[in-house]
Amino acid sequence: MRWVWIDKFVAFESGVHGSAVKNVTLAEEQLEHHFPGYPVMPPSLMIEGMAQTAGILVGEARGFEENVILAKIRKANIERYAVPGDQIRYDARVDSIDEAAAATSGTISINGEPAGTVELMFSHVNKSAQAAGLPSHNFVFTDQFMQLFNSIKDNAVGTDAS
Amino acid sequence: MATLTRSEVFDRVQDVLVDALGVDPEEVSEDATLTEDLGAESIDFLDIVFRLEKSFDIKISKGELFPDDILNNPDFVVDGTMTPQGLEELKRSMPHADFGEFEANPDVSKVSGLFTVKTIVNYVESKLGAA
Repeated sequence: MRWVWIDKFVAFESGVHGSAVKNVTLAEEQLEHHFPGYPVMPPSLMIEGMAQTAGILVGEARGFEENVILAKIRKANIERYAVPGDQIRYDARVDSIDEAAAATSGTISINGEPAGTVELMFSHVNKSAQAAGLPSHNFVFTDQFMQLFNSIKDNAVGTDAS
Repeated sequence: MATLTRSEVFDRVQDVLVDALGVDPEEVSEDATLTEDLGAESIDFLDIVFRLEKSFDIKISKGELFPDDILNNPDFVVDGTMTPQGLEELKRSMPHADFGEFEANPDVSKVSGLFTVKTIVNYVESKLGAA
C-alpha cells in the first residue's frame, strides 16, 4: 500500500492555504476490515490526509528544505463517516510558522458537506537532527510526495481553482 | 493591549494552557510547573508560544520565553550542572522567572521548575508593557 492519502491538490497559495481531495473507493485495503460489511474511511486516516495536505503546504512554504514531521494533533473532530464513492476534501491553512515548527488548522468536508476540523503542529527537522539518528536525506518529501506537489502545477492550480 | 491587568493576562494564559495541554482550568495555578504539573512535552512549548502570539498579538523570538539554546550550550552546562556563567546568562535571558530554588542547586534536570505558569504571566506582562 502506498502511504498517500490525498489524490491531488485543487487549490494552493504558498504559505497560506492548500486544498486537496481524496476519492474513497471500495478497492482500498483499509476498508476491508474497517469494518467488515460496513466499509467506512477510518477517521484516523482522514487526520493523516489533512496532515499530508498541511504538511506539503508547510514544506513548500520553506522551500522543502526541512523534514516536516507531524508532531502534535492539537484538535481533531470528525463528525461524519466517508463511504466508498465519497469525495473527501481537506482545506488547510497555516496559522503560525517559524524555523522550529508550524501550526495549521483545517476543515474536512465530504461531498461538499462539512465533516470536521483538524488542528495540527509540525516540527521542522533539518540536517542538524542527524545526531538524533535520523537519515541525512529528506525522508518526508520523497519522490512520491513531490509528484503530488507537482500535480498542482500540472493542474494549473496557481491560486485557487476550487 | 497594554492596558490588560495581571488578572486578565493570567486568564488568557490559562486559556492558552488549557487548549495546548488539555488540562482543566483549575490545574493552571500560578505555581504550577509546565512539565511536572501540567504534563507539557517539548512540542507543547512551541505550541504554547504560537498560541501566546495569537492570544496577545505579540511576536516571541526563538529562545525568548524558553531559552533552550542556553541549556544546550556545553559552555554553560558541565556534568549536568549549570556553570556560574551559564546561570548568569540564563538569569539575564529569563528575568521573568523565579530563580530562588534553582540558583541554590543549578542541576539542569531541575530546570523545568523555572517554567511555571507565573513565569509565562510575568513574561507576557513585561512584553506588553514594553510594547
